[in-house]
Amino acid sequence: MTKNLICIICPRGCALTAEINGDEVKVSGQGCIRGEKYAIDECVSPVRTVTSVIRVSNREDTMVSCKTEAPIPKAKIFEAMDIIRKTTVKAPVAIGDVLCDNVFGTKVIATKEIK
Amino acid sequence: MTEHDIVIIGGGPAGMAAAVAAFDAGIKDTVILDREDTLGGILRQCIHNGFGLHKLGRELTGPEYAAVYAKQVEERGIKVYTETMVTDLSADKIVTASSREGILKIKAKAVILAMGCRERSRGALNICGTRPAGIFSAGTAQKLINCEGYGVGKRVVILGSGDIGLIMARRMSLEGAKVEAVCEIMPYSGGLTRNIVQCLEDFGIPLYLSTTVAEIHGNRRLEGVTIAEVGADRRPIEETKRYIPCDTLLLSVGLIPENELTRSAGIPIDPVTNGAVVDENRQTAVPGIFACGNVLQVHDLVDYVSDEAEIAGHGAAEFVKGTMSGAKTLDTKAGFGVRYVLPQKVSVDPAKDTSLFLRVSNPYGKVRFTVSSGDEVLATAVRLKAVPGEMEKINIPADKLAAATDTVTVSLEEL
Repeated sequence: MTKNLICIICPRGCALTAEINGDEVKVSGQGCIRGEKYAIDECVSPVRTVTSVIRVSNREDTMVSCKTEAPIPKAKIFEAMDIIRKTTVKAPVAIGDVLCDNVFGTKVIATKEIK
Repeated sequence: MTEHDIVIIGGGPAGMAAAVAAFDAGIKDTVILDREDTLGGILRQCIHNGFGLHKLGRELTGPEYAAVYAKQVEERGIKVYTETMVTDLSADKIVTASSREGILKIKAKAVILAMGCRERSRGALNICGTRPAGIFSAGTAQKLINCEGYGVGKRVVILGSGDIGLIMARRMSLEGAKVEAVCEIMPYSGGLTRNIVQCLEDFGIPLYLSTTVAEIHGNRRLEGVTIAEVGADRRPIEETKRYIPCDTLLLSVGLIPENELTRSAGIPIDPVTNGAVVDENRQTAVPGIFACGNVLQVHDLVDYVSDEAEIAGHGAAEFVKGTMSGAKTLDTKAGFGVRYVLPQKVSVDPAKDTSLFLRVSNPYGKVRFTVSSGDEVLATAVRLKAVPGEMEKINIPADKLAAATDTVTVSLEEL
């Protein structure tokens, strides 16, 4: 089976072709090594970094932006969002603070400082 | 009136990188003025990732990218006036600003314009229909959701497929809204291909090309929109009209550099970029006033904003030190297939290479760019594809430019 993909790792957006033979995936069209890894992941188990915001309960109209520290399975994006949406945090928050533990094998961390 | 060596108007990515570059080039008396209460500009609401791959070698979110530069500003002790809105700039570099302390007047030796851009609004589009609530520019919706925590709507149509429109399609989907469609009046998307994949395809959102919003319906709140395909004249085709119920319409229909201050200083504006006409140091036609970032040309990547701001920061520092070269300049010109070339003027300075930045007029496959001056070819570059949404950069070697005597033209040929 052949799959045509657009690499999303960087803004260049290389057009990739992945040839899948059982467990083996052969990739062409990539501008760098990261494209090959992306295509293999995309064929075997696609992952995405999720970014969102979490309410800061002790500040008026304030959200702290956050991301999953590592990419999570694409199929789990909405379940991760449910966890993120139910979470609130208290300021002060520093970049890198863990806001949710154990979200599909990784953590949700703050990407903005709230003083 | 107070005095400073360099005054930077705007504390977003351009202003911060320009300040750091000017400081590091030896001008310690550099200040930043910003109307918000925190540095960072538009990056503070761009919570998605994908920033910094070129410039910093790692993938960051917008707030993280801003924090990298805000830290550099802080470490250098560069003075930042927040909640300070510049209201006037004169050609003799007197900056007037409204602040918590009242009206400030600052006499600057050099000024760097880094005000960014703002979004084109519904009024500029002349869409027929009523004026209900529920119509937002994409960036306004982004700020409401990402910074202030308000829900914006549940059933959404997005007009415009530039990157902000695509990013907001994903963002609204993640927040539980149903994005019915992204409509794009042009026959191609203005956004990065990776954003079409990870923002639309991942969420099953349809992208309708050569399609626009023809009518808006609803009284108090938006009830739906009529979309229609457009002909070659970009006007809606009556027979293709169809109704989509929705409570929210996001407009992502272009960014306009915010150049009111530039105009008040009498600086000529390029009608294509809507930013100042500049030379390779990003100096405008008024000596000592520089421009960089989205106020100069709308960028697709913040990494390139930081690069451009560093050029402007260096230039302003050289100007203050009085070490700027007075080499003769040549005009640059967009030739076949090229929409604009920046800078619009280049010095014939044999000491350094010069990079030209440009956008193509239409999507192309494999192309060769040729930079020429009269009969002389100064540089060529081959690209596997070239699209209007992605800025191209072409380097001209110093010795080649030194030999040029005529207008420097960039054109492309399809291969």
